[in-house]
Amino acid sequence: MNIIVTIKQVPDTNDVRIDPITGTLIREGVPSIVNPEDRHAVELGLSLRDEAGGGKVTVISMGPPQAEVALRQVLAMGADEAVLLSDRAFAGADTLATACTLYHAVKKIGVFDLIICGRQAIDGDTAQVGPQLAEFLNIPQVTYSVGARLENSKTLLVKRMTDVGFQTIAVPLPALVTCLKEANRPRIPTLRGCMDAYRERPFHVWDASYIGAPVDDIGLRGSPTQVRRTFQPSPRGNGFLLTGDAQDCVLRLVGLIHERGLV
Amino acid sequence: MTIRINKEKCVGCSACLRACPYDAIDMIDRKAFLNASCVHCGSCVDSCSFKAIDSVAGSVGKTDLSGFKGVMVFAERRGEVLAKVGLELLGRGRALADARGATLSAVVAGMRLDESAAQLIAHGADMVYLVEDPELVEYRTAPYARVLTGVIREAKPELVLIGATPTGRDLAPRVANRLRTGLTADCTSLDIEEGTGLLLQTRPAFGGNVMATIVCPNHRPQMSTVRPGVMKPLPADKSRKGEVKKMKISLKPADLTAIIREVALETTLRADLSEAEVIIAGGRGVGGKAQFGLIEELADAFGGQVGASRAAVESGWVAHYHQIGQTGKSVSPRLYIACGISGAVQHLAGIAGADYVVAVNRDPECPMVKAADVAIIGDLHQVIPLLAAEIRSLKKEAVR
Repeated sequence: MNIIVTIKQVPDTNDVRIDPITGTLIREGVPSIVNPEDRHAVELGLSLRDEAGGGKVTVISMGPPQAEVALRQVLAMGADEAVLLSDRAFAGADTLATACTLYHAVKKIGVFDLIICGRQAIDGDTAQVGPQLAEFLNIPQVTYSVGARLENSKTLLVKRMTDVGFQTIAVPLPALVTCLKEANRPRIPTLRGCMDAYRERPFHVWDASYIGAPVDDIGLRGSPTQVRRTFQPSPRGNGFLLTGDAQDCVLRLVGLIHERGLV
Repeated sequence: MTIRINKEKCVGCSACLRACPYDAIDMIDRKAFLNASCVHCGSCVDSCSFKAIDSVAGSVGKTDLSGFKGVMVFAERRGEVLAKVGLELLGRGRALADARGATLSAVVAGMRLDESAAQLIAHGADMVYLVEDPELVEYRTAPYARVLTGVIREAKPELVLIGATPTGRDLAPRVANRLRTGLTADCTSLDIEEGTGLLLQTRPAFGGNVMATIVCPNHRPQMSTVRPGVMKPLPADKSRKGEVKKMKISLKPADLTAIIREVALETTLRADLSEAEVIIAGGRGVGGKAQFGLIEELADAFGGQVGASRAAVESGWVAHYHQIGQTGKSVSPRLYIACGISGAVQHLAGIAGADYVVAVNRDPECPMVKAADVAIIGDLHQVIPLLAAEIRSLKKEAVR
C-alpha cells in the first residue's frame, strides 16, 4: 500500500507569548516542531502500511529549507522517503495555492492509494488544505478521523468525529483522510530510526519547475485570499474580584448571576 | 498586496522584525529581507520610521466580478432540525446584504424541508433554495459539494457563509476549490469595507495570539466559514415573506461511492456543547480525574454542560469532546464558569461568544480572571460544592 503523508513545520504556538509592553509576539526561543496532528497522520500511515503487509510511506512538506528537520523527524519514526517542496515561488501561499503545490507534487510521485493529512496546523487552524488537495485530485475525502483500518485492498473504513458523535465511513481507495489526535499515539523514533533518517532514507528537494507547477497557480500569485492586516485581540471582561470567605463569595456570586436571570 | 523593502532607505533598526507576527523578516548586513514565511500581511509597513517598506496591490489576475450579487448562507441540518449556526449566519448575513443593497438567501438540503424553509425566512432569508433528495438526508462530502456548488453557480452570490462546524469545514474547502475562489476559515467577525465593498473577514491565527483580517479581492464568491456562537440570530418573525425555490441537482454515481456504515451518537452528551446555554468548565487546577466529578456536579446543579481546557483533556481527566478553545469547540453560552483554568489565549478564543464569564481560581493575576466578568479568588475544591448547594436550593425555592 502506497501512502503519502503531508506534514508542516510550525512554530509551537503554545509557547508564543505576548510582550506586555509592546503587545507583539515574542518569538525568541519558540521552537519549530512537526505540527502535532501531522505526527498522528504519519503514525496512521505507518500502521496502515504495516497492516497491509507492505508498501511505502512517503512524507512531503512544503516549506523553507529548514523544514528538512521536520521531515527527518518523521523519517526517524519509520517513513520510507521524504520530499521537501522548497522554492521562493511557493512563498505567501494561502490554502488553495498550498493545496495546488501539493497536488503537483503528488502527481510527480505518481501512484498512491491513500493520502493522510493532519486535520489542521496549529499556526493557521484552517483545516482547508486536505479537502482542497482531495478536490484537485478528484478523490473522496474523510476528515476529522479518529481511526482507520483496511476493509479490503480497495476499501478503507474510517471512523470520523461529527458534532454529535461518530460516523463510520467506507471509502473506496484512492482517498484522502485527515486525522485527529485521538487516532493513535505516535511512536517514538528509535536510535536506529534516527540514524536511518539521515543515512539511509531517500530525501528529495523539489522546486516549482521540477513538479511542473505553473507560477500563476502557486505562492502569493495563486492565492485568492490576502491578509489585509493583523492585530492583537482585545481583552474582554473587567475582572471584578470576589475575595475572602468562600461561603460569602459564593452568596455574592449567586446574587450576581441570579439578578441577570442566568439561573 | 505585496510587501517591498527599499534597501536604500533601510537603516537596519530592526523595528520591522518586532512588528512581524510571522517571523518573516531577516536582518542581513543591517538590511531587512523578507523570508519564505512572509504572507504579505502589511504589519511591518507602519513600523518603519524610515518609509523603507511599502505594499503594492496584489498580482493575482482579475476575473470578471460583475454579476455576483447577494449573500448566501448554507443552512446545515442535524436530522430534520436546523443547526443554530445557520440562523446565526442569517443574522449577520442580513446586515451584510443590507449593506450591499442585495438579497439574502439560504440553501438547505435533505428531505421534508418545508419547516426548515419557513424557519429560515422567519430568521431573515429573502429566498430559500431547497434541494430535495433522499441521498442528502445524512451529510456526505461529495453529494453535498455537488449540490452547494450547483446552487452557487446558478445563483451567483457575492458572499457565501458556512458554519465552521465539522460538517461546514469538511464541505467549504471542497466547494471553494471547485469554484477556484478564496475561502477564509473560522471567521469571528465579518464586515463590508467602505469604498471597496469587499468582505473583511477577521479570524484568530497563531492559536489565537493574533487576529488577521483577510480579503478576497479578485475572485467570487467571497467565501467564509464562521465560528458557531459568535454571530447572533435575529428573533424569528413569522410574518416575514420570502420566496422558496426548489432546485433539482442530479448527483452522479461517483458522488455516492463513500458509504456511511454506522452512526454513533455520543451517549454522554445531553446536547451539543457549542449550543449549550450554561457551561461549567474545568482546567488543570481541578487536579485529577476524580476531582473532575465536582465540575459535573456543578453542571448538574445548573442543568448545564461540562467543558474543559486543553490541559484537563490532555491529562486524560475528561474526553476530548469537551475541549473548549482554538483547537476544541468554540462556545457561546449565556453563562460560562471557568474553574481552575488559567486562560491561555487559545482557550479565551473559544469563549469569545460567551455572554457572562465567571472564573474560580486561586491566582488573581491569571488571564482567565482578567478576562472574566466576575471572579472568585479561592480554592475551587471548597467553592464549587458550596456553589452547587446554593444553586440547588435556589432552584428548589423556585419550584415551590
